[in-house]
Amino acid sequence: MGDSHNKNRIKCVVWDLDNTVWDGVLLESAGVPALRPHVRDVIEALDQRGILQSVASKNEPEPAMTALAAHGLDQYFLYPQISWSSKSQAISLIAERLNIGIDTFAFIDDQPFERDEVLSVHPQIRTFSEIGLEQLPTREDFIPLQLTADSKNRRQLYQREALRARAQEDFRGPEDAFLRTLGLKLRLKPASEEDLYRAEELTLRTNQLNTTGVTYSAEQLRELIASEHHQVIVAELEDKYGAYGAIGLLLLSLQPGLWCIDLFLMSCRVMSRGVGGVILTALRTTCRNRQLKLAAQFRETDRNRMMFITYRFAGFREEGAWLINELASIPALPDYMQLHIDAAMDWRLQ
Amino acid sequence: MTNTDHKQDIRTFLENFISEEDFANEDDIFELGLVSSLMAMQLVLFVEKTLGVRVESEDLNLDNFRSIDRMDAFMQKMSTTAHG
Repeated sequence: MGDSHNKNRIKCVVWDLDNTVWDGVLLESAGVPALRPHVRDVIEALDQRGILQSVASKNEPEPAMTALAAHGLDQYFLYPQISWSSKSQAISLIAERLNIGIDTFAFIDDQPFERDEVLSVHPQIRTFSEIGLEQLPTREDFIPLQLTADSKNRRQLYQREALRARAQEDFRGPEDAFLRTLGLKLRLKPASEEDLYRAEELTLRTNQLNTTGVTYSAEQLRELIASEHHQVIVAELEDKYGAYGAIGLLLLSLQPGLWCIDLFLMSCRVMSRGVGGVILTALRTTCRNRQLKLAAQFRETDRNRMMFITYRFAGFREEGAWLINELASIPALPDYMQLHIDAAMDWRLQ
Repeated sequence: MTNTDHKQDIRTFLENFISEEDFANEDDIFELGLVSSLMAMQLVLFVEKTLGVRVESEDLNLDNFRSIDRMDAFMQKMSTTAHG
């Protein structure tokens, strides 16, 4: 399952409004215009699949959002761009906010002029007219490769993320004070069969915060889960805004007298939350209490220096091809995060 | 050669992250409990930007970054090495 194959799948659909989502032109209508046939079904179907959606419409923002809300559709759209500027620009903005490539975008607009304008700036986008839009969900590139618990909730995950980002922007004061406002809860548990694809998705998406740059298929992970010489651990984070979903993966090989971190990766969404440090502190404490040595594999990529620093600052030093932990001067767990470790992992903090 | 002291700059930088009112120059910021991956990265980049040198793997040592005093000593050492 290569990356190129993945890129072919649509991750975000951007909708025009007038004569695409609804009949007629809003500013020329007496009331709220009626939705065009199948539009609601398509929007709901895509949302269920974890395909993100947004709006690029030349309109007055307030009446347009009011009309979407009247149809109960406003909640489905992330970073809607309703203004008089060009749609190519609107799409650039949406892509930037969502942090996904425009080559995974689809754009639906009834006007050939608008589709051409967008294509002239973003030749990699896929454009569609409003005619036959009910067929879109049956297209292969509109069908995600895997449906996981996280992909079904992807829109909500992004919406929470936007709330957090705004809260952080508005917050005056040092970062630890902000973290204390979040009520963070970190949960570590052995990956189950249903976590497999979430874990695979994480390894495919997380480049910056991957300690070896190696990705694992669901099949490989399934074998490791079954192996008694390995622990495959999923990290889930939650705060007062709700769940972040699966944000980290830890692959341990358990050897006599030694645990080795074969892979440690974290979603870049949580790199300012201190999750990596907390996991390593818990693991170091466990190894010390169980009188095990702790090692880690690290393979430098052009993007994972942050993980190297995380390891080094958690007391790992280079020894040949390995990183070895001193298991000395282990800091206390921070007070701003609750940690829950599944008993089945047999980690020992006491 | 004048010995430039970086302590105030380091403190100003750390105050973006740490709310502890009066941490001393010798206090262990890792013991204070809050060093996220992003903060650790920014800490290293801060040193590199201030001195205009890259911190190599072997120097990415917790002991070089534990406290304002340690960071300052490390930066003094780095700039001496860098400028002969």
